[in-house]
Amino acid sequence: MTDLAIQVSALRKSFKATEVLKSVDLSVRRGEIFALLGSNGAGKTTTINILATLLKPDSGSASICGFDVLRQPVKVRENISLTGQFAAVDGLLTGRENLVLIARLRGVHSPHQTADMLLSRFGLSAAAQRRADSYSGGMTRRLDIAMSLVGTPAVIFLDEPTTGLDPEGRLEVWKTIKELADGGTTILLTTQQLEEAEQLADHIAILHGGSIIANGTLNELKQHFPPAKVEYIEKQPSLEDIFLAIIGQKGGK
Amino acid sequence: MKVWYATRVLFGRSMLHILRSPDTIITVLITPVMLMLLFAFVFGGAIHIGSGNYVNYLVPGIELIAIASGTAYTSLRLFYDRQKGMFARFQTMPVSRASILWAHVLTSLISNAISVVLIIGIAFIMGFRTSAGVLQWLAVGGILALFTLAMTWLAVIPGLTATSIDGASAFAYPLIFLPFISSAFVPTATMPTIVRVFAQNQPVTALVDSVRALFNSTPIGNEIWSALAWCVGITIVAYFIAMRAYRRFQ
Repeated sequence: MTDLAIQVSALRKSFKATEVLKSVDLSVRRGEIFALLGSNGAGKTTTINILATLLKPDSGSASICGFDVLRQPVKVRENISLTGQFAAVDGLLTGRENLVLIARLRGVHSPHQTADMLLSRFGLSAAAQRRADSYSGGMTRRLDIAMSLVGTPAVIFLDEPTTGLDPEGRLEVWKTIKELADGGTTILLTTQQLEEAEQLADHIAILHGGSIIANGTLNELKQHFPPAKVEYIEKQPSLEDIFLAIIGQKGGK
Repeated sequence: MKVWYATRVLFGRSMLHILRSPDTIITVLITPVMLMLLFAFVFGGAIHIGSGNYVNYLVPGIELIAIASGTAYTSLRLFYDRQKGMFARFQTMPVSRASILWAHVLTSLISNAISVVLIIGIAFIMGFRTSAGVLQWLAVGGILALFTLAMTWLAVIPGLTATSIDGASAFAYPLIFLPFISSAFVPTATMPTIVRVFAQNQPVTALVDSVRALFNSTPIGNEIWSALAWCVGITIVAYFIAMRAYRRFQ
């Protein structure tokens, strides 16, 4: 129907006297990784929550796969999945039970098979029968993302997916996001880490003070700024490189 | 039907929560049983209720305490679902929004029914005897179910609106105390006037007296209408306030 997975125009939202979104416009093509970059309080989560039908905008419009978030919220929900800023897993259930629960609620035909497939895909098979509250931060996040993939929604919202993860966990999540996009899923992710946007996104929008102040591919954004100077600097390994190299020798995943 | 299926799935989930939370079982079951033991075997001998068996006298009040503390967990479970993001997850899925709330209400009804039955069983061991026939038992079940429904919808309100875990659980304390200022443990006749007027006009006394009359097969006066009116009234008012709070999320 339309080649746009997400279309937002003139979106406004205030909480009491605070105007969080002044006028947000953006469009995301199908199969794209779109990064919404901004500092704390820029309105990233508010935007995502409106798109995920959790919040109503004061004015403006938003549609997902051609369905209006206000008029056709049920259709929108069939096409999306939200992975919020904090992992939403049920700690009292095992990893497997969490996935089966979501699969049943989404009306997937074979909930148990779906759960097992996702568990092995996310390297959680060994921990499948353990309660999710015993998982490490990285495992919890992986389970969280796995839960969002149940029923293969067309659009996935990831709100700061790597906040609070160690470098290893972050790389794992990045890999997952790339694989998802390769499989044709549209991804809207928010982040405050420039590197994350640079690594993952086909398209980057910078949200600042309630509106989008820059929007384009990484190359387009670079053109807006003074041309790069060529400097020769001896490349020192960063602490992260060192950390990952040492961990890598351990042979762990 | 889709709504019913989702409600059932979510109900299964919260029943599993109860089974896996020892503290819930302790509070909901062991506390009322301890109270029953305490009153029956420590204070009971000094309390004059006229003729009859004191365990019989106690059972209705103990059941109400069990229900009041049991429904408090509905607040907690709802609060945790909001806090942990499960609520947002369910609400952004193609799941009927009514299911998300009704699953909690259904969990409360069923889990409280189970604890009510278990407490009756223990009361029997302690010497509780009744001449109630099938109809009277059904009436007792109906009254307690209605009371559970009223308390549950009341519990949904802080569950949806509280900003802290303390706020979500605080509402239950006054409810657990109401039976102490009623005819649940002692006849109201010995209380000073102000306390007595309060005791005789609050819902617990009407409920306790009705259930007691049903168990003893004695004539039920107007108390039963007052008990039903309280339960239905609280349910309706709490339901509308809760639904208002719930609509904020949609």
